[in-house]
Amino acid sequence: MVHFYMEQSVVKNNIWDGGVRPMVASYGKLMMWFFLMTDALTFSAFLGAYGFQRFVHADAWPIADEVFNHFPFVHGEYPMLFVALMTFILIMSSVTMVLAVHHGHRMNKKGVILWLGLTIIGGVIFLGSQAWEWYHFIHGTYEGALLGADGSIAHFVAGTTDQIMRHGELIVGQNALEFIASAREITGANLIYNEYGHPLFANFFFFITGFHGFHVFSGVVILIIIFINVLRDTYEKRGHYEMVEKVGLYWHFVDLVWVFVFTFFYLV
Amino acid sequence: MSENNSTRHIWIVFWILLFLTAVEVLLGIFKPSFMLSNYILGVTLLNMTFIILTIVKAYYIVAVFMHLGHEKKSLQISIVAPMWLLIPYLLFILLSEASFHGAIG
Repeated sequence: MVHFYMEQSVVKNNIWDGGVRPMVASYGKLMMWFFLMTDALTFSAFLGAYGFQRFVHADAWPIADEVFNHFPFVHGEYPMLFVALMTFILIMSSVTMVLAVHHGHRMNKKGVILWLGLTIIGGVIFLGSQAWEWYHFIHGTYEGALLGADGSIAHFVAGTTDQIMRHGELIVGQNALEFIASAREITGANLIYNEYGHPLFANFFFFITGFHGFHVFSGVVILIIIFINVLRDTYEKRGHYEMVEKVGLYWHFVDLVWVFVFTFFYLV
Repeated sequence: MSENNSTRHIWIVFWILLFLTAVEVLLGIFKPSFMLSNYILGVTLLNMTFIILTIVKAYYIVAVFMHLGHEKKSLQISIVAPMWLLIPYLLFILLSEASFHGAIG
């Protein structure tokens, strides 16, 4: 049987008619870009939902400075510093990734090995920092808090057992005693309660930083795979290091998302 | 030499990102009172500064680190246009709905 359509020659005069790369980027690179664009929309929806709930529960929303104020090996309260360090580590690992791509373009295997290796180390340090941050949030403070029957969170005024602060409001006397009698003591934060304020803050924190952390984790795994490929000369034989560039796009995106998570969870 | 030029460019962008992050962290620690009492479009001047600095950082990461600044115009537009269209739309719907969430019970 003869396939007539195969014998007709197709004349391609226009750049968008097929057979060429109108965007001067390979299929893989283009698809990585489109994937990252959709992923950016996903994260926008998460952060937007966070903003929505924060507006709705503004009175019970914790202030990040008062929640995340620890620094490893140092006593006392140092808001912002640890998360600033995490941001620095991730920006740094983004720079080492660009340099790995840069050496890939020049077919410099040694350079790729050096900078890709440093990028993996940066990613692992970031993941460890995030685990540390989660541990302290889950563990909570020494004093804990009172969770009222109505779901509100209160703390004893320092040095008293009959005065409480509830969402910025001082309560004393009979009202305070009734609240204390109906409340239970909690420490730390999880998906059910949060000693620092509204439980949704904890839910969003675990979900968004967890989703981002999982991106970092998969990024580290993919980086390790291509690192092994570089060592095995896979890309030397292929004649180009485009795979390093494509994974680099993903890695920079992870950094990009963190820049926004940092702003909306810790600064705003 | 172009080799040195392009790595130097990468490091310059690194210092820009580091500087902007340091400014954000310092503002976040000291919270100047005039930035908390002045509002732009219903947002405090401080938060507006954070958001603008973040978008500037995002620009540098996407344009230089992800190299989008040197891609073909059609690729740039097909990545950036959906962002500028859909994200403000999404945020407008979510945040304007939140503003009367309590009123409709």
